[in-house]
Amino acid sequence: MRKTISGFLPILIPALSLVVLLAAVFYMQPRAMSYTGLNLLFNLAVPIALATIAQMIIMAVNDLDLSMGTFVSFAACVTAVYMPQQPLVACMILLAAIGVYAVLGIIITLRDLPSIVVTLGMSFVWGGLAVLILPAPGGQAPVWLRALMIAKPPFVPMAIVASVVIAFLAHLIIMRSTFGVLVRGLGGNSRSVARAGWSVLALKGAAYALAAAFAVLAGMALVGLTTSADANIALRYTLLSIAGVILGGGEFVGGRVSPIGAVIGALTLTLAGSFLSFLRISPDWQIGAQGAILIIVLALRLVINRSSQQEKAS
Amino acid sequence: MNRLTMLSRKPWIWSFVAAAAIWLVTILFTGGSSTASLSQATLTFAAFSIIVGLGQMLVITLGPGNVDLSVPATITLSGTVALKLMDGQDGMILVGLLVSIAIGLVIGILNYALIKFLRIPPIIATLSMSFLVQSCAIWYNRGLRVKPPEALASFSTSSTFGLPNTAIIALFLSLGVWWLLDRSLFGRWISAIGQNAFAARMAGIAVDGCRLATYVLCAVLAAICGYLLASFSGGAALNMGAEYLLMSIAVVVIGGSAVAGGNSNVPGIWGASLFMFLVVSMLNTYGFGAGVRLIMTGLIIISVIVAASRPTGSTR
Repeated sequence: MRKTISGFLPILIPALSLVVLLAAVFYMQPRAMSYTGLNLLFNLAVPIALATIAQMIIMAVNDLDLSMGTFVSFAACVTAVYMPQQPLVACMILLAAIGVYAVLGIIITLRDLPSIVVTLGMSFVWGGLAVLILPAPGGQAPVWLRALMIAKPPFVPMAIVASVVIAFLAHLIIMRSTFGVLVRGLGGNSRSVARAGWSVLALKGAAYALAAAFAVLAGMALVGLTTSADANIALRYTLLSIAGVILGGGEFVGGRVSPIGAVIGALTLTLAGSFLSFLRISPDWQIGAQGAILIIVLALRLVINRSSQQEKAS
Repeated sequence: MNRLTMLSRKPWIWSFVAAAAIWLVTILFTGGSSTASLSQATLTFAAFSIIVGLGQMLVITLGPGNVDLSVPATITLSGTVALKLMDGQDGMILVGLLVSIAIGLVIGILNYALIKFLRIPPIIATLSMSFLVQSCAIWYNRGLRVKPPEALASFSTSSTFGLPNTAIIALFLSLGVWWLLDRSLFGRWISAIGQNAFAARMAGIAVDGCRLATYVLCAVLAAICGYLLASFSGGAALNMGAEYLLMSIAVVVIGGSAVAGGNSNVPGIWGASLFMFLVVSMLNTYGFGAGVRLIMTGLIIISVIVAASRPTGSTR
């Protein structure tokens, strides 16, 4: 029993901060405590959660993807432009993009390159491709995608259902499957994974491809919500996704990540935005307050971590 | 010959080779008519990324995970406050500079306080701080566009002995940082911390003091850059720092400093900054559209990194 509690502890703290923030929102705006209210609060969290999972997979192998925002924008543009009329072309482009990510993972490993710089360079490439595909904001969401994103399942809003499904799927892949264990092993000690007879190159490529697949889903979900796209639609996802992983208890090195925590982190970040608009803070301070919330949540985490460590010691 | 092979082993040489190649290609395309103006413009604009890049380089030297994302916000706040304070009066130029530096000092100290006392990873700590700083700038700016003092504006846009004044300032700052990094104890210490923080602590280095000083130095350099940039462009804008986030990291890495920290060099910042601006102006000269320009920029950056890298497992 004790073991399971300590196993849940990394997720417990992000979950707690989400609950506290949610309680604060409900206190200020009781009408948010409804089916529609919750759906509105968490609607935009779905693409952010997907992008956060993608970033988390890259961080699990000790890398960092600074092109996440531009890549999600690119995927959104492809979806909005080609998906409704030429679904085959759209799928081919998106698959090719996933292939490019796999190649990037392999090149980064092969030449021992810093992932920060390679993805930095790629952010220009994705941004350029997005501009070429969609020079002015526009496009449209495919009917089925739109229907999926605004579906109204009974009792629980779509946004919550989707978040739970994403968290569960990512948990299965990253925490339960052999592949997930190997990927996290790469982050922990890539040499020992290699000594155990696995191909680091193939694993890294596969991890990058998996991350790209999640990022593509993020772009598609975003188009489903907004019904159109633009080359700069998701630029802030780069920093949001990194912050989401960290808020969810993930770490930059060592393969220590938590998919469920990452989704909770993404939800917390989304909620923080709504919380601020309920507070009626002047627009000047909106961004600043978001920073302050980030700092407060992480400070709380430190306090709780410390007290739990003291308990263990005593 | 011997000297040539020694030179080719320097990690920063590639950024200069790439910059020179692109300079030549651009000049050839225009038939040599733009040589002087291109070189002038390159030095002027590269100066800003050099100043920011120097600070970012020092922070990155501290080791994995150390990076300052609050640079753009610092640039914006410093430029905004300094210009509003000077209010176009020549007598206030020095006061404006001092206030800029003070802003950098405060932001640097706050950054490190978050990292040290709240144990927030530097990326997230400086990111959160940048949100707060950006908000301060928005609140203080109120959409006003104040003109810089006449003397300062003409200083920052003119040249001395054919060199743009901004480049001369960047040169002096670079010499200072080069001395700090290569010749002073402080530089040895931050390199040691970047190579192995634990060993550095065991060796009796004041790790916390060094890291604090580094973050403060980075913020101060960004603040100076903001002050100059606002004076140069005739006013502060709320998005004036935005492009320097990726730029500051890119010039450090393209310049051959180790991303994992512990091994940095100042000349590379110059080579990489010149290179980055030349790439943009070359693609402009060729008249590509925005999309192709972005793609080419990305591919060129990646090619330079790949060309300068070594395959895994090879000995140095």
